[in-house]
Amino acid sequence: MVAFLHQVFSGLAMGAVYASLALALVVIYQATHHVNFAQGEMAMFSTYIAWDLIDRGVPYWEAFLLTIAISFLIGMVIERVVIRPFERAPALTVVIVFIGLLVIFNSLAGWRYSYTIKSFESPFPDEPWFGNSFMSSHESGTVVVTLAMLALVYIFFRFTKLGLAMRAAALNPTSSRLVGIRVGWMLAIGWGLAAAIGAIAGMMAAPIVYLDPNMMGGILLFSLAGALLGGIDNPWGAVLGGFIVGVLENVAGAYLVGTEIKLSVALIIIVGVLVAKPSGLFGRRIAARV
Amino acid sequence: MAGASQRLTARPAGVQAGASVRMWHRLGIAAALAGAAVLPFAVSGYRVYQFSQVLIYAMALLGLNLLTGYNGQISLGHGAFFAIGGYTTAILVVKLGVPYWATIPVAGIVCFVAGFLFGFPALRLGGIYLALATFALALATPQLLKFKAVDEWTGGVQGLLLSKPKAPFGLPLTRDQWLYFVCLACTALLFWAAANLVRGRIGRAMVAIREHPVAAEAMGIDIAFYKTMTFGVSALYTGIAGALSGMVAGVVAPDSFGFFLSLSFLVGIVVGGLASIWGVIAGALFIELVPIYADQIADLLGESAKALPWAIYGVLLIGLMYMMPTGAAGAVRAVVRRLGRLTAGSKSG
Repeated sequence: MVAFLHQVFSGLAMGAVYASLALALVVIYQATHHVNFAQGEMAMFSTYIAWDLIDRGVPYWEAFLLTIAISFLIGMVIERVVIRPFERAPALTVVIVFIGLLVIFNSLAGWRYSYTIKSFESPFPDEPWFGNSFMSSHESGTVVVTLAMLALVYIFFRFTKLGLAMRAAALNPTSSRLVGIRVGWMLAIGWGLAAAIGAIAGMMAAPIVYLDPNMMGGILLFSLAGALLGGIDNPWGAVLGGFIVGVLENVAGAYLVGTEIKLSVALIIIVGVLVAKPSGLFGRRIAARV
Repeated sequence: MAGASQRLTARPAGVQAGASVRMWHRLGIAAALAGAAVLPFAVSGYRVYQFSQVLIYAMALLGLNLLTGYNGQISLGHGAFFAIGGYTTAILVVKLGVPYWATIPVAGIVCFVAGFLFGFPALRLGGIYLALATFALALATPQLLKFKAVDEWTGGVQGLLLSKPKAPFGLPLTRDQWLYFVCLACTALLFWAAANLVRGRIGRAMVAIREHPVAAEAMGIDIAFYKTMTFGVSALYTGIAGALSGMVAGVVAPDSFGFFLSLSFLVGIVVGGLASIWGVIAGALFIELVPIYADQIADLLGESAKALPWAIYGVLLIGLMYMMPTGAAGAVRAVVRRLGRLTAGSKSG
């Protein structure tokens, strides 16, 4: 029982990472109906930026905030420069562009920082907090950071004018434009936000999975599974889905399938959800007009 | 008056041009086949191996292009079918002692069934959702191949080793040359079949489903049937390519069937041109040769440039989508059209 609880709690920590990345995917999906396959690699690249800053002697939390800011800018620039021209392109074209981005970030990181695995420091102390014997302090810290980030994102979308404008632009671009919202910039900010959220996910994941250019492949897959499970057009559903998938992955890895074929769990969840309930647990059913 | 007569003469010239285009087409195919047949005698052993690889990629890309280019179903996971084909052949040869030639159709059928079955959930997944599911498939494939419960058959992390078959009937060919001709024969057969498939009723149905599923259904096209069949046929093509790849390389190992293989296939059809039969040859040449030359450039630039081929791939993917979404095939078509207009203009003028 204790061992089982241990698996569940450390699953929650990875679940927090998946939840963050799933949220990043949802932010972009809501605005554009595209699933950003490059989200994981962008997060990985952000993590390298953080590593670079820390390596140059910047204290952890300053590097943390600086990385988020830089990632935000990178995300915005990518939307403006790379994604914008494909605004009205068919789904296949956009998928190919995302795959292109994925490859570019992966090889840029390999080129600049090499493919050797690096360790990434955790900002949290070595001893577990409050005598919590189920989670290391990094694991509980990850959950705390994720929840804090979620609260901020919620406040931003719910209580700020910009957040409202972004929701309006995602919901009804034409009307938003008519009331004077600059829809293009809202999309760019959405991309920036997604990149910043992804950066947090990356920095929280790196001490657990170590830092290398391919670290995010599996994580992105589980995040996608989480986002789909919760409903890819519902941020809260996606976050919850991320946590569920994290726990499922850990428990299944420990008791059912072994750690070597964990990724197949994600495959089964993705295909299963898409076939049985494509809108996910909390998503809206979409009736398309033809 | 001059204008009218020009218009009158322009017509027969156009018809003639159509006929001569077809003739040139046939001549081109014949010349390409002849060239391909002499090639293994003109180049060194390693080059023969490389060109076998190009033919194998061409078949795999053709399969993917039938599915993605013609039918509009995005697959980021065709490496999985390539792997199934390769492993079917390897297991049959190594574990069961089946002769090489007999494993090729078996690999094709196994992959057809696998693709057909995957096509069912795919029916419910439009556009990016299918991309998602196949993306997961691509990432999970190497792990599944290493799975302990099946490593008695798959050879686990090491994979399986095959010895390359000898040329039969005492033909004076090296093993690599013989395999090259096997690949060439399969390629010719599969291309001929695909060209006929897309030209006829089935091909039009496939394209109609891609362009407008609702309209296609209203015209009486059985969408579920065509989509699952296309998935099956596409997997069959890629599986046969995988089977041949196992023979030519002499080894099948899990890590050679990862996400980046599926990605190369996608790059190949985009470079060659979506929904183009002949474009995939350009795509195949591209994905076989570019990494090799990029590696040589990378060697000059130093160790850290190992990532260079992939960086080139990425930039090319986006750049092509931006500037030349029809790929090499589209570019050639445009050039031919312009040349045709020029010659027609000079004749009538």
